[in-house]
Amino acid sequence: MNEKNPAWRNDAAPKVTGRARYTDDLKFHNMLHAVPVYTDYVHARIMEVDASAAMKQPGVVTVITAGDVPGSVTFGQIIRDYRMLAGDKVRFNGDVVAVVVAETRDQAVAAVKLVSVKAEEMTPLLDPEEAMKPGAILVHELHGSNIVNHHKVRRGDADKAFKACDHVIEQEFRTQFVEHAYLEPETAVAVPRPDGVTEIYASMQHPFSTRRFVATLLGVSLADVEVRTVPMGGGFGGKDDTASVVAARAALAAKITGRPVKMTYDREWSVRESYKRHPYRISYKMGFSNQGRMEACQIRVVADAGAYCSVTPWVTWRSTVQCCGPYDVPNVHCDVYGVYTNNVVTGAMRGFGSPQMNFAVEQLVEMAAERCGMSPTEFRKRNMLRQGSVTVTGQKLDGHTVSLEQALDSTLAAAGYHEKYGRCSFGKAEGDELYGIGYAISYRGMSLGAEGMDFNSAVINVQFDGSILLEAAVHENGQGAESAMILICSDELGVPKERIRYRMPSTANIPDGGTTVASRGTIMGGGAVANAARSLKSKLAERLAPKLDCAPGDVRFKDGHIWGKDDARRMAWPEAMNQLFLMQEYPYSFGTFKAPQVTWDERTGQGNAYFTWVYGCQAVELTVNSKTGRVKLLNMVASHEAGKAVNRPMVLGQFYGGMAMGAGYAMFEDVGIEQGKILNVNFDQYRIPHSTDLPEMTAIIIENHDPASPSGAKGVGEPTNELMAPAIANAVYNATGVRRFRLPIRIEPRSGGGRP
Amino acid sequence: MITYINGRRHELNVSDLPKNLLAFLREELDLTGAKKGCGVGACGACTVLVNNRPVRSCRKTVADIVDRNVLTIEGLARGDGSLHPLQQAFVDAGAVQCGFCTPGMVLTAHAFLLANNNPTREEARKAISGNLCRCTGYQQIIDAIEAAASHYR
Ligand code: FES
Ligand code: FES
Repeated sequence: MNEKNPAWRNDAAPKVTGRARYTDDLKFHNMLHAVPVYTDYVHARIMEVDASAAMKQPGVVTVITAGDVPGSVTFGQIIRDYRMLAGDKVRFNGDVVAVVVAETRDQAVAAVKLVSVKAEEMTPLLDPEEAMKPGAILVHELHGSNIVNHHKVRRGDADKAFKACDHVIEQEFRTQFVEHAYLEPETAVAVPRPDGVTEIYASMQHPFSTRRFVATLLGVSLADVEVRTVPMGGGFGGKDDTASVVAARAALAAKITGRPVKMTYDREWSVRESYKRHPYRISYKMGFSNQGRMEACQIRVVADAGAYCSVTPWVTWRSTVQCCGPYDVPNVHCDVYGVYTNNVVTGAMRGFGSPQMNFAVEQLVEMAAERCGMSPTEFRKRNMLRQGSVTVTGQKLDGHTVSLEQALDSTLAAAGYHEKYGRCSFGKAEGDELYGIGYAISYRGMSLGAEGMDFNSAVINVQFDGSILLEAAVHENGQGAESAMILICSDELGVPKERIRYRMPSTANIPDGGTTVASRGTIMGGGAVANAARSLKSKLAERLAPKLDCAPGDVRFKDGHIWGKDDARRMAWPEAMNQLFLMQEYPYSFGTFKAPQVTWDERTGQGNAYFTWVYGCQAVELTVNSKTGRVKLLNMVASHEAGKAVNRPMVLGQFYGGMAMGAGYAMFEDVGIEQGKILNVNFDQYRIPHSTDLPEMTAIIIENHDPASPSGAKGVGEPTNELMAPAIANAVYNATGVRRFRLPIRIEPRSGGGRP
Repeated sequence: MITYINGRRHELNVSDLPKNLLAFLREELDLTGAKKGCGVGACGACTVLVNNRPVRSCRKTVADIVDRNVLTIEGLARGDGSLHPLQQAFVDAGAVQCGFCTPGMVLTAHAFLLANNNPTREEARKAISGNLCRCTGYQQIIDAIEAAASHYR
């Protein structure tokens, strides 16, 4: 912590005192409780859902099934395949066939087991490779195939190039299902308002998406639903579809009963039903010359989408664009498939398709370096993207600073990599502790890219005493988005942050700004805030210039004042605002920020995929006990491009949290699924990093101005979470002399004398 | 039967005794600072102090607090509403993100600092090892505990 610069966020005091009210802390008069009903099936045709016995239980008000839905029971952000209440088939073990609504939550839970389901069991499709084969039974008949999507990159001629390569490495990699493990499980309260609007309070990260799910299930228009935001206990990409579906079910129960309804998930339900990080099977072939020049890559990826599409096409698209890591490769042939199975649904999770690819690529480049008799750093430097380089999708990296080498050099210097690399054990040590240091690098396209609609808006509404109400279509997921918006506004207007209140946005008073994912909150929302502030300033300058004896172009905003030419005259901000009201002018502005144009040709996989990029490098030191196989992390170092760190301590928090989550991904997180059923449904079995699993961490913020971002800021939430797994894999290799191609990395205790 | 919660005396009924402590605090006393993250004693979000020792309220019943002093996060701030130095340290260190783990984390740290007012970072790290945080990687939480220690000396 920097003593002189204590962290600041607008919501910290309520959170440390317990005064912050999260969704489950809310109570409404006459409120009912709803709980989901699951079945034992993984894949089955539903014949009948009989709730008559459950209905008669004490306190039970109603039991809702698919037949009670006034709107459409299916929805989805890309493909409308998600059954908010399963009626025709059970497609995975987390499908909900009914919702029990009762006076108390305990009464609702008690009645669940009395809902009986008659169904005809079907063979479950659990292996995506099997599911892709022609003739496989279909998870969604209407889709016509189990292949959700197929993205490609076609660049140069990989086949031909391989023939000319001095070396070719072929390797398979596998990654696992991962749980987001936000500390707060899904929860929603729906309140029917007298004017007919359904009001929603929920733990979700996309109020506008939630509104679409709710309106669809209820069969009402978007204006008939108002989604309000409340503090929420973590998202990491995981509180979109499932969280929205929970809100939609609560809304349906509220609509049917005419009373407020709360639906709060137990952890077990959350893990069972919520979507996960995609497991990938990656077949990678990399060709390179004796001089360590990467010539060709051929890649085939099969991602298990689970039972519903969710955002699988977008997640796998990012994997496609970033399929070769941050390297200049002239010949690329890449095929990435998302495939339906009867496993748990997979979707957005912090990193969004990049952690899997980085795990493969960043090990491969080190394997290649070894083949060439070159250091890993030398090999990377011969191939890495630099200012003006062209990516594998044909995008020229200019217009922003390509800070990849800067990130690499600063991380390795801080970690002391070059001195320590020579001390690595490579399987041989005096005692039992094998030592290794390793690192990985990446680049990342900012925001959504060609994945979708990418714009945002903000409102600055100044009151006549000079205080400010600020609002942006960005959601506070816990990352400090609101504080960042306030700081950007304060900086632009030269008004102290204490005078600015962030107005909790509701879907009823700000236009749809898309989802707060893809590390786009600060860049997109901040861009809108900066643009709103700028348009407000030009309006103010216009009006106040005469009073300041200068031309509008000379007016400046700083230190709580508005200044004339050369600071000759000034007005205090509150006085100036008062003046404006006297002129019958509102100091009010609406700003938007549209992501600059991106392009994509789905056929060739070529285009300017993202409007700007960030770069990063992470290193780790560890020991592996050669007897027990136990890995101990000694320290972790990260450097990432942040454009401009708007709220430094919060940016550091993103670094630390991202590295920690990456370490869990590398070492032990693994949703165990057997025959389509999740075994580890709570924190006593699903292990996320505890404080004692982690070492001290060092964070290095790189700041290069990016003209594409109005506020100067770029996102750091996801880049920080995409590198620790390959860094650990490389360090484990340097310690043990054995490569691990599967996540999580498991090192068997030694039996006999071999290397672990 | 009585208990003391945040310094206030509460009469308990026999019918209260078997109730789950977390549910009792949240539902009946509206002390919603304690959170339910898992319900099985594995995350620490529901931590409250009983006679200055951290307990997981999701695994306790009201019977466990008879004649005891219970401190919940609502009782830690000063009487005038200003933050306790430990809470301030959490704010200043950037130790708060989503905040769902925060009440349990602050209370665990408080109990720890009452017992050890000059800890090393390693000791602080061990002290919070039973409290899960998915957001922060714990680094700034440990910073906060370190910074607050002098106020306990
Ligand atoms: S809710 Fe009590 S330990 Fe998790
Ligand atoms: S701050 Fe989110 S879990 Fe700790």
